Amino acid sequence: MIATYGSLRAPGAGRLFVVEGIDGSGKSTQLALLAEWLRAQGYPVVYSEWNSSPIVRATTSRGKRRKILTPMTFSLIHATDFADRVEREVLPALKAGAIVLADRYVYTAFARDVVRGVDRDWVRSLYRFAVVPTCAIYFRVPLETALRRILSGRPKLKYYEAGLDLGVTADPVESYRQFQSKLLAEYEKLVNEFGLMVMDASRPVEVQQRRLRTALRPFLGAAPVEIPVHGTV
Amino acid sequence: MERFESYAGGIPGVDPAELSGWLIVVEGTDGAGRTTHIDRLRQSLERRGYAVAETGLNRSDLASRGLRRAKQGNTLGSSAFNLYYATDFADRLERQIIPALRSGFVMLTDRYVYSLIARAIVRGADPDWIKRVYSFSLKPHAVYYLRIEVPELVPRVLASGGFDYWESGMDIPMGEDLYESFVNYQRRLIGELDLLASEYNFETLNATLPVDEIADDLETRVSRLMATREIAMDGNPSS
Repeated sequence: MIATYGSLRAPGAGRLFVVEGIDGSGKSTQLALLAEWLRAQGYPVVYSEWNSSPIVRATTSRGKRRKILTPMTFSLIHATDFADRVEREVLPALKAGAIVLADRYVYTAFARDVVRGVDRDWVRSLYRFAVVPTCAIYFRVPLETALRRILSGRPKLKYYEAGLDLGVTADPVESYRQFQSKLLAEYEKLVNEFGLMVMDASRPVEVQQRRLRTALRPFLGAAPVEIPVHGTV
Repeated sequence: MERFESYAGGIPGVDPAELSGWLIVVEGTDGAGRTTHIDRLRQSLERRGYAVAETGLNRSDLASRGLRRAKQGNTLGSSAFNLYYATDFADRLERQIIPALRSGFVMLTDRYVYSLIARAIVRGADPDWIKRVYSFSLKPHAVYYLRIEVPELVPRVLASGGFDYWESGMDIPMGEDLYESFVNYQRRLIGELDLLASEYNFETLNATLPVDEIADDLETRVSRLMATREIAMDGNPSS
């Protein structure tokens, strides 16, 4: 048996929908709109965001602030954060029949860590404990469109966010540009490897949302998911 | 083994060929005498002119504080816990062990990935998975396993302040009370370490022998180990 990501199915009656893509692809906006729509129809919705575990976050912040994260520890601390959220948020919600919406999933780690030089197979086995989503949507966007969305506000790019740890260039904007370009290339490989559904993220917001709902409807079933209640006759 | 290498995969930005020191691991459960023997080994190596450095579990700059906090509340699930420990280990490997080896130090390591792997397996982790997670680690030149059975371990632990919550596996838990859980947990842990001992070629020492006897034995083994490289460097055939 190959000990790697991809063998664990989601438990229970719930659904797990994942959005993926580089910064500025518009995936978070689309996920928020989707959540509203699902809630309006009575589906129980649970959100899980990348890098948000309250127990692990302090360590991640410490590593970033002091710039002491290496590609290996960057990978491992994000896997720790993810594992905590899977165990405390995602799996119980799926078992309870909820629709879990994940803003980024294992594919973010597969793209980022590999761009940082981490062994491709190793990072896939690292995430073996993760269940395969019901549907994962990749928001494909031209590099320049994403860069314009992020850089137009003249943001202060953070060290790891800009990929400055790769040491390619000291200029944050140029580093960010090259880093995102490498991520984009890596994501394209993931689309085929894991059968990600592709969304044309250069389309208007409402067009994307309509397409997203149409794409996910078959996975929802006819009626709102019922939460199993035990102890009743 | 002469040159350094990872079990698999490797570490980005680290060329094992640049490393020149010695990586020596002392393994064993709590109460087996690891601290004592690392101290003795350090003294004997320093007397002979070696530069010696030390590290141990849960001592990383990056993750030790967060890990301690997480343990206080016992709120992390098992995968998250295992990966937190792996983060702590990777930080120490890259920021303590590897720099010391680059400078030619003898790195004495109070437990290594093996204790972490054994601990994870006893708590239900898939053995293949957790071994794969740690496969980036450097192969040590030697692993000295101070082996002791539970009946000999109990009086030592009692003498040194009693049963520790985590070392008794109370987070699982494995028995009605601290004592029962300690016995069951340590028995399982020793069982796993025994399996790892053959898989990873540990040198097993009987930890119930008199302290001086063990210390002399360790000193002899380490001298013999280091002589292999001196012979190789003199241009003579190494064994």
